[in-house]
Amino acid sequence: MAKRIDASNVTAYYGAFKAIEDINLTVEPKTVTALIGPSGCGKSTFLRSINRMHEVLPGARVEGDLTIDGQNIYDRDVDVTAVRRMIGMVFQRPNPFPTMSIFENVVAGLRLNGLRKKSILDEAAERALRSANLWDEVKDRLGKPGAGLSGGQQQRLCIARTIAVEPQVVLMDEPCSALDPISTLAIEDLMFQLKDKFTIIIVTHNMQQAARVSDRTAFFSIEKTGDPGRLIEYDNTQKIFSNPSQKKTEDYITGRFG
Amino acid sequence: MGETPHRSADAGTGGIRVASSGQQRPAGASARVAESPVSTRTPGGDGLGGGGGLPRARAFGAERAFRGLTLAAGTAVLVIIAAIAVFLIAKAVPALGANTENFWTYEGWSPNDTAPKFGIGTLAFGTVLSSALALLIAVPVALGIALYLSHYAPRRLGTALGFLIDLLAAVPSVVFGLWGRDIFVNPVRDFSAWLNQYFGWIPIFGGDGPFGKSIMLGSLVLAIMVLPIITSLSREVFLQTPTANEEAALALGATRWEMIRTAVLPYGRPGIIAAVMLGLGRALGETIALAMTLGITFGISFNLIENGGNTIAANIANAFGEANDTGRGALIASGLVLFTITLIVNITARAIIYRRREFTESAA
Repeated sequence: MAKRIDASNVTAYYGAFKAIEDINLTVEPKTVTALIGPSGCGKSTFLRSINRMHEVLPGARVEGDLTIDGQNIYDRDVDVTAVRRMIGMVFQRPNPFPTMSIFENVVAGLRLNGLRKKSILDEAAERALRSANLWDEVKDRLGKPGAGLSGGQQQRLCIARTIAVEPQVVLMDEPCSALDPISTLAIEDLMFQLKDKFTIIIVTHNMQQAARVSDRTAFFSIEKTGDPGRLIEYDNTQKIFSNPSQKKTEDYITGRFG
Repeated sequence: MGETPHRSADAGTGGIRVASSGQQRPAGASARVAESPVSTRTPGGDGLGGGGGLPRARAFGAERAFRGLTLAAGTAVLVIIAAIAVFLIAKAVPALGANTENFWTYEGWSPNDTAPKFGIGTLAFGTVLSSALALLIAVPVALGIALYLSHYAPRRLGTALGFLIDLLAAVPSVVFGLWGRDIFVNPVRDFSAWLNQYFGWIPIFGGDGPFGKSIMLGSLVLAIMVLPIITSLSREVFLQTPTANEEAALALGATRWEMIRTAVLPYGRPGIIAAVMLGLGRALGETIALAMTLGITFGISFNLIENGGNTIAANIANAFGEANDTGRGALIASGLVLFTITLIVNITARAIIYRRREFTESAA
């Protein structure tokens, strides 16, 4: 279910602006990797280039190679939608489809894949909601609007929607930044369970969170505003937070950044 | 007097704000800053001091004046609607009493005779048929254009085309009428003859002619007229789709069309309905363009291509000049029927939107 990701010399642009430059890193299957760094350092841009969501924005493009189990997702003949089905994404703000019920939200991805049979959808929805630790809270109101849930529940609903299509990799872009501490804890617990099946990459501004949930941590930074973001250090999370090899990393994690 | 507690609640919050700024006073430099916005609101300034009482709610001020103004504006709508209804009914009743035929079923319009004969059936039928046909043609095209402008066209092209579409809405209907009557009628006549030759076995394309100034011509002209309204409103709605939802669909592996179906169209549904209803409102009430393009006959027929067709509004425009007292009353009675049709259409639209309220409200 989970796959290995290799990025080599990944450079991403917004129009003429170079947001990240020459990112090289390898993510092992069934691990949680945290991307940390100051605002504007390109960690979200890098995350979005892993499932080719970066190029959705007008004028945005990516150079370099990004391979999933050896296949370059930026090859000319690769179907973008297939890449995105293989690499799911959870966004910063919970974004359930407002016009859909909880059930329809969860099966939205399956419907896009052409699944129509009610029994299969029912089963998949229950499995995804159980995996997202949301089933018990919503099983009696699957027909109610997804937007009526609390923020934390909505984010777990979005996670359920993402894992319902059974991707190989789950990308999370600051999934807890809009949530309260209890909901955050629920999502972090969920990440521990999910890494049995998926490769998870999470962008976070919360260093305790990175330290709690991740196996490996990548620290991104920029020289000054307008410069492209670069990967400064990438190592085991424990090493990064106890004994980083770069001065910049140490400055950042100890709060002496800037 | 249901509003009294509301007002006192306002006063309460105002008071708390003042009190807290009073407590901040010892902070020194901030005291001046804290005081100045407050004093512009209550010029008297009593009770502003550290230990003083709360300022009193003012008996009359901009707040109440504004409330009164908005209330008056809101009431005016009701008064105007009531006035229109009263006027229509008062003028229509005597003429309806003088009618020697059944108003609902008689196929003809001769209210100026000594024994007035007129019926609304054919006119109401023509109105509904031409409008429905116009929407049938215009809505898919308009939604297609709106989606292209909002989600496919490069931004610059989209803006430029959107401007052109808006320009189309500014063309006066009499110009559309002239164009339809003198120019557009020719291709429509040829097309009608072709339809009649090959599809004449379908009743709506049957008949022996003459063709041209038909329901089809009227509906096509109407469709062109309502197209810009529906297009520009739906385009606005489509542009408002939250980027987060569009990205959610794309991240699930949706193609662009699938993204539109999953995120854009459902989100825009109430807006689309509103746009279509506005278009229908214009089509139902459209007068001069139809008075010029329809064949003006009295008779209920589903034939779309033969000369003929008439609508309530077109009939009023055509017949008002020569109408006597009863004639005018009869026309006003027909106006009342048009008013009712429009009302029913609007209520239906509201009901459709209301039914999905739970979902659309959480969307906002």
